[in-house]
Amino acid sequence: MAGMQENPVFAFDWLVLLPVVVALAAAALLVIGRAARDLQWAGAVLAVATITLLDAALVWRVIELGPLSMTMGNWLPPFGISFTVDIVGAVFALAASGVTLLLLVYLRIDLPERARQQGVFPLILLLLAGVSGSFLTGDLFNLYVWFEVMLISSFGLMALGGRDRQLDATVKYGFLNFLATTIFLLALGLLYGLVGTLNMADILGRAVTADRAALAGIAALLLLAFGIKAAAFPVNAWLPASYHAPPPAISALLAGLLTKAGAYALLRALGMLLPGARDLLEPVLALVAIATLLLGPLGAIAETNLRRALGFLLIGGIGAIVAGLALGDTAGLAGAVGYVLHAMLTISALYMLAGLIEAATGQADTRLMGGLYAANSTLSVLFFILVLAVAGVPPFLGFWPKLLLVEGGFARWLSGDGWGLALWVTVLVNALLTLIAGARLWAHIFWRAGHEGAASEVPNPDLKPLGRRTRWLGQSPTALLVLIVLLLGLLPEPLLAFARAGALGLLDPAAYLAATGLVEAAP
Amino acid sequence: MDQALAILAGLFLTAAIYLLLSRSLIRMLLGLVLLGNAVNLVILIAGRLSRLVPPIALDGAEAPLAGAANPLPQALILTAIVIGFSIFAFLLVLAWRAYRTLEADDTERMRVAEPPGRPDPPMSY
Repeated sequence: MAGMQENPVFAFDWLVLLPVVVALAAAALLVIGRAARDLQWAGAVLAVATITLLDAALVWRVIELGPLSMTMGNWLPPFGISFTVDIVGAVFALAASGVTLLLLVYLRIDLPERARQQGVFPLILLLLAGVSGSFLTGDLFNLYVWFEVMLISSFGLMALGGRDRQLDATVKYGFLNFLATTIFLLALGLLYGLVGTLNMADILGRAVTADRAALAGIAALLLLAFGIKAAAFPVNAWLPASYHAPPPAISALLAGLLTKAGAYALLRALGMLLPGARDLLEPVLALVAIATLLLGPLGAIAETNLRRALGFLLIGGIGAIVAGLALGDTAGLAGAVGYVLHAMLTISALYMLAGLIEAATGQADTRLMGGLYAANSTLSVLFFILVLAVAGVPPFLGFWPKLLLVEGGFARWLSGDGWGLALWVTVLVNALLTLIAGARLWAHIFWRAGHEGAASEVPNPDLKPLGRRTRWLGQSPTALLVLIVLLLGLLPEPLLAFARAGALGLLDPAAYLAATGLVEAAP
Repeated sequence: MDQALAILAGLFLTAAIYLLLSRSLIRMLLGLVLLGNAVNLVILIAGRLSRLVPPIALDGAEAPLAGAANPLPQALILTAIVIGFSIFAFLLVLAWRAYRTLEADDTERMRVAEPPGRPDPPMSY
């Protein structure tokens, strides 16, 4: 029968599917075995470690042999649902599972019994399944499904424990993110009506001949939907309203993975699938990027709650990613791709550290912190490294993607485009403002002897030494993540090679098409 | 038929946006439901609406007759309805819990996570 697949699938190609399958199966098993309370954590760690190994093998496979595709149900690609992964998706999936693994260890320091009863571990695995699925899928409707999986598990994680503050945060997070996925679905319906397919590789071939104006309208809807998911200005208000409410480990997980999945979808949809529509939307993207780049660090400077301030720094990073998309050339997209990876690692580490700082000072408000430098120098060094990394001071991690962005903006400016000038200047201003915000946070938390307004001789009376458990289970994974951030920054070759390869793959998806077997359909 | 449904989807969308602009959680929730239905209608129209041609491929043919309704969007809608309904159910329970514990249905009064009367930015350094 036509459309059926005749070639057998190589066993190795199952790699593209396995991370999601393992995560979903483990989540189900943990729900079934919820009575075995002592095994829940071990089971979750085992599953996430397996997923990390599978993702690492997938990255290796993609580097060696190029993009990998597999289509369900023995149907040929445009008909069956494809999982297609290129270097961008594979590396993001690896980073996501690695961060989740470290966070599972971190979660042990302060896990309320109620959270365990309400199933924190199955929810984390379900979230990882959603995030991995979004990074690995090659079908836009499937991406929508993974977004909803991600959404429902993040609702659960955010409301877990059910304190008033968390309920309030979940209401705002939930309504706005559900709205975003519904808008995404609307764009999908219109896109299907226009090009008659939702397979990403197939869209690549067909979008070229489709009506440009209609495509731009669809792309604008996608920009709105993914913009809400990624928390870009002006649809960012839900993020600082919600990410500080759940326990620190959970906010680190959400901050590290969720907005990045939105940013990834933005890069995939506008950078790769609809480049013509991206060209039309370029001024909008540039304006959104500039506003987000400026709003993020300014919000962080004005904020007194530590984790809310970090939320604003996160938003500033989203601005850098959108800036790369607005540039749209190799350097710009490479900067954006590299920045997503940097943000996943650095922002998660910052939130983990914020949890330790809150434990050591007993406060969430930076005005009531202070004097931690003398009490815990390890934390102060880790935080300082992360501040430099997030601001992009050379040679720390954030510098390299920002360098690519500035390079791209400069090239555009020299070729006579004013947006190029505006973008590279704003990226630099953002770096400076982020450094100011981060340095102020560092000064308030660590350097100042006591509370705000107290005489400088009065030490902070609330400081508590971290317990053994917190030091081992909390500081070690945080320090390990900071070490990874530090090493990736000091030895930037792998990051830069990945960013360039990712950008080239997005701009010229010939290998992506070949992997799905749809190469004839390409123009 | 297509035109009538398109207008209906537009009306749903209008009502949904109006409801979503409200500050009451229940109205916002109804707005989200209406929005979901509007989107489902849009997808249905994207797959062509027709009762004249049955969507059946004849013996030996690889595609149904021209002008037949495309069944794929209807499958997409089924998925979307299931997902949308489950999330609606979750949000309804959430709104109820929030109403019970925060004693507020009005988002203006839900200020636990972001207390009103924000303090000044830290002034030192």
